[in-house]
Amino acid sequence: MSKVIKILGTGCPNCKTTVALVTEVVHEHHIEAEIIKVEDIMDIMQYNVLSTPAVVVDEEIKIKGRVPSKEELLEILS
Amino acid sequence: MFDWIDRLADRIVYDGIGMSSGTHMADALHFFIYDSIKILLLLVIVVFLMGVVNSYFPIDRVRNYLSRNRLYGLEYFMASLFGVVTPFCSCSSVPLFIGFVKGGIPLGVTFAFLVTSPLVNEVAVGLFLGLFGAKMTGIYVVSGVLLGTLSGMILQRLHLERLLTPWVKQVLEQSQRDQVAFTGEKQTFKQRFKVILNEVKTILKGVVPYVLLGIAIGGVMHGYVPEGFFEHYMSKDNIFAVPLATILAVPMYSNASGILPVVQVLVDKGVPIGTAIAFMMGVVALSLPEAMLLKKVMTVRLIGVFFGVVTFCIILSGYLFNVIL
Repeated sequence: MSKVIKILGTGCPNCKTTVALVTEVVHEHHIEAEIIKVEDIMDIMQYNVLSTPAVVVDEEIKIKGRVPSKEELLEILS
Repeated sequence: MFDWIDRLADRIVYDGIGMSSGTHMADALHFFIYDSIKILLLLVIVVFLMGVVNSYFPIDRVRNYLSRNRLYGLEYFMASLFGVVTPFCSCSSVPLFIGFVKGGIPLGVTFAFLVTSPLVNEVAVGLFLGLFGAKMTGIYVVSGVLLGTLSGMILQRLHLERLLTPWVKQVLEQSQRDQVAFTGEKQTFKQRFKVILNEVKTILKGVVPYVLLGIAIGGVMHGYVPEGFFEHYMSKDNIFAVPLATILAVPMYSNASGILPVVQVLVDKGVPIGTAIAFMMGVVALSLPEAMLLKKVMTVRLIGVFFGVVTFCIILSGYLFNVIL
């Protein structure tokens, strides 16, 4: 089943790095997933995160407040 | 404790390259090598330790604590204290602000946290230790915490809720003292260690080039600017020095971690320490990019008041240090 990956962040450098990393991992491992950038603060606050960037997979917060490593992302996504 | 670095620098400069001791060039190079190694070492240690503390005491827990407990005036101090151990990225200031408001934490308390968190951050503390020593670092941290507390209390008194943007006012109305669950509570130290190490790498990658550049500039100044050069222009008697230094510092971005090594040399050459601390606090605590981000939750007037109060407190502490140190 295709996953929905949301990356929450207001557009700071760390958030952009995270989006790039997620995209890379998804492509490299042929993971079926839709990547959505959530940049609006009101939408971000729906998830009750206090620090960005955050990675949400199928509406579950997996990582917040830091840039994840690729290995970590792979673990979360597979 | 750092004798070995001194000896190492001696060997590189005098034995390795073969420069003769006492020349400006050799002095500057020796200063650069010694300072770089010492500062980077301390930076790694401090950033790592803060990472460990933060892993066990994340921002979510801070928020829950402040939301749960009414501390009869002590909450400003507590929020400010929490700000010390929580790393802060100005891009998180908005979600953090909303999260605090949502949790029913008073605006002044949120501001106290918002001031201290960037002011006393791991990079600043690491650099301070390397450049000015333990005693000055202690003074900086304590005054940072008090400054955050004082700013928070003043801002609370001003009843600024009406100056929030409309949608934040709505959040405020619906706020409640709730507890937010957070994941990652039951990780083993080994799991945490990897994540922390990664964080340390990311943070250092961001600041090391600036720090080295700063030390290099400092090294050159150290060797070439005569002793007591600045005393003439920036003496304690000059009452405009502190406010001028602070106001000059505010527009600079906190990533100017390279500024600290330069400031250390300025102090060496006769700039009063209070003036220097005020300048550094201005650089670290307030920045224009942060102001731009905060526009999403605050009206321009509120940001103005916020920055104004903090600037005022920084100037105050600058004068205080010049008097007592």
